[in-house]
Amino acid sequence: MEQEALIPKLGVVTEIRRETPDVKTFRVVGVDGKKMFEHIPGQCAMLSIPGVGEGMFSITSSPTVEDYQEFSIKKCGCLTSWLHAMEPGQQICVRGPYGNGFPVEGEFRGKNLVFIAGGIGLAPLHSVINYCLAHRENYGHINVVYGSRSKDDLVDYQEILDSWQNAPDMDVFLTIDREQEGWDGHVGFVPNYVQEVGLDPTETAVICGPPVMIHFTLEGLKNLGFQEPQIFTTMEMRMKCGVGKCGRCNIGDKYVCKDGPVFSFDKLGELPPEY
Amino acid sequence: MAIYKLPYSDLNQLFAAIAANEKLYLPVDISEDEAAFRLWKEGDQMTKKLNTLRSAKDFFFPQVQPLAKFRRQGQTIEIMDDRTESEDFVIFGARACDVRSFDVLDRVFLEEPVDTQYQTRRQHSTVVSLACGRPGETCFCGSFGIDAAKAGGDVQAWHDGDNFYLEPLTDKGVKLIDSVSSLLTAGDQEAVDQVVEKIHTILARLPLAGLKPQDLRDKELETFNSPKWDELSSHCIGCGSCTFVCPTCQCFDIEDFKNGENVERYRCWDSCMYNEFTMMAAGTPRKTQKERFRQRFMHKLVYYPIKNDGMYSCVGCGRCLRKCPIQMNIVKVMKALEEEA
Repeated sequence: MEQEALIPKLGVVTEIRRETPDVKTFRVVGVDGKKMFEHIPGQCAMLSIPGVGEGMFSITSSPTVEDYQEFSIKKCGCLTSWLHAMEPGQQICVRGPYGNGFPVEGEFRGKNLVFIAGGIGLAPLHSVINYCLAHRENYGHINVVYGSRSKDDLVDYQEILDSWQNAPDMDVFLTIDREQEGWDGHVGFVPNYVQEVGLDPTETAVICGPPVMIHFTLEGLKNLGFQEPQIFTTMEMRMKCGVGKCGRCNIGDKYVCKDGPVFSFDKLGELPPEY
Repeated sequence: MAIYKLPYSDLNQLFAAIAANEKLYLPVDISEDEAAFRLWKEGDQMTKKLNTLRSAKDFFFPQVQPLAKFRRQGQTIEIMDDRTESEDFVIFGARACDVRSFDVLDRVFLEEPVDTQYQTRRQHSTVVSLACGRPGETCFCGSFGIDAAKAGGDVQAWHDGDNFYLEPLTDKGVKLIDSVSSLLTAGDQEAVDQVVEKIHTILARLPLAGLKPQDLRDKELETFNSPKWDELSSHCIGCGSCTFVCPTCQCFDIEDFKNGENVERYRCWDSCMYNEFTMMAAGTPRKTQKERFRQRFMHKLVYYPIKNDGMYSCVGCGRCLRKCPIQMNIVKVMKALEEEA
């Protein structure tokens, strides 16, 4: 029989980094030591440990990384707890990539971009931000507005300090929810901060974070004059197959796993508000 | 194409001839009230009941199906393909509604990436349909443009009490007819036309004969937001019976069965009527039975048609009308939405 999309391939976790108290980044390669597949920023993959569970995770690393894929994963359930407890060298089942990804070679080309993330919401944006930085000439100015509960909960904090904050034609605005010792940056919620950093409403915006943060950030952007077709997000729903057949991740007539997970808000607005 | 004939009394010879070459599945009585498709064995009689309790989707999309096996030792994992290639088989006596359901399922499972297990079963099957001599009061296949008197498939069949008539419609059908040709004689179109006409007369008198689905493709949001869903769903207990007897419901789950270091991954039917179907760490977007109930009917009457050129994901078989413990069903939903329009 032909290859079956639902049967995974074998990978190996070669490196595990702790990002925050409940987020770790896992580096995955095939058993041959090479990158398992090519992907588009914003796409996802199914990771599983047989007997524990299988789940859809966004690919955190940029496609421009030639040797591996990375996944930043928050510990919140059975499978993710298991992944957090494992050691490098662990083999893992992988299938994908799935979904449409961000229009990095379409609508994003030549645009000034603003990426707005809350908490683990930076994970799917990390891929597209680094992709744009690797193809710097194809994109305009890049803004990143990123917030988390505390300094310790900022994912990719070291990379933000070392790389993003020093990148040319790029500004990074960090915020945490409450005052904290050792933090002299901005304090406050992302939706409010977005209104204060001086965004230009001609920028193309991408939002990812908890539903309530997305909701208020969207309103804030609209107040600034942003239009729905220029605001993108990436959706999350329960998934089992990843290929538009198991029937559970639909928003109206669209399957998040196949037609998404990336949607612009004008397209999302045409669909039933069931997410 | 040509029509072939066989005396009704010779039907068992036909079954034996087919079964000599490949597996033959036939609807047989399993109780006083219900029939089911079973592997034919000598002496089995085809049921005289209108339809089977479970739909024929089981043949292509079984309730439980192995996918892969794994062995996990320390940090290593071994992956073993656990799929099975289908053998050739014949489904004999499928009704027009179930035959249409295969088209509906094809558009899900054969769309890229192709579902290989579904595909192998489709490729190895020959479907002999049987016209409904006595369509019942819960039947409404005509609402979806299905003709119960011309049931389709690879071979379509009729009987008029005395004779059984067979008409091959595809290459597979011709091959099957060729393999049993010694039992058959030339049939007459006139006799078939008489059976068809008789069935059409009954169909026109059925209580649901006038039911027509609305084209709601450009009313997705409006239909979703209809106030009718509250009332329609108010008694739904979320048992999922409708989804399991439905020939077009195709939602599935993938789960692991763990036995020490050995793990069997299988897929099995699931139901959008269940709370946990869309449950995530942060909760579910379909919080009450209303949302889950609405999802099922929106899918059949709106979402699926949007994706499939207006084709509905209901075939009017009426199984859910008979099996719903609270007497709610898609007919009541269609009528309620129609009143609203």
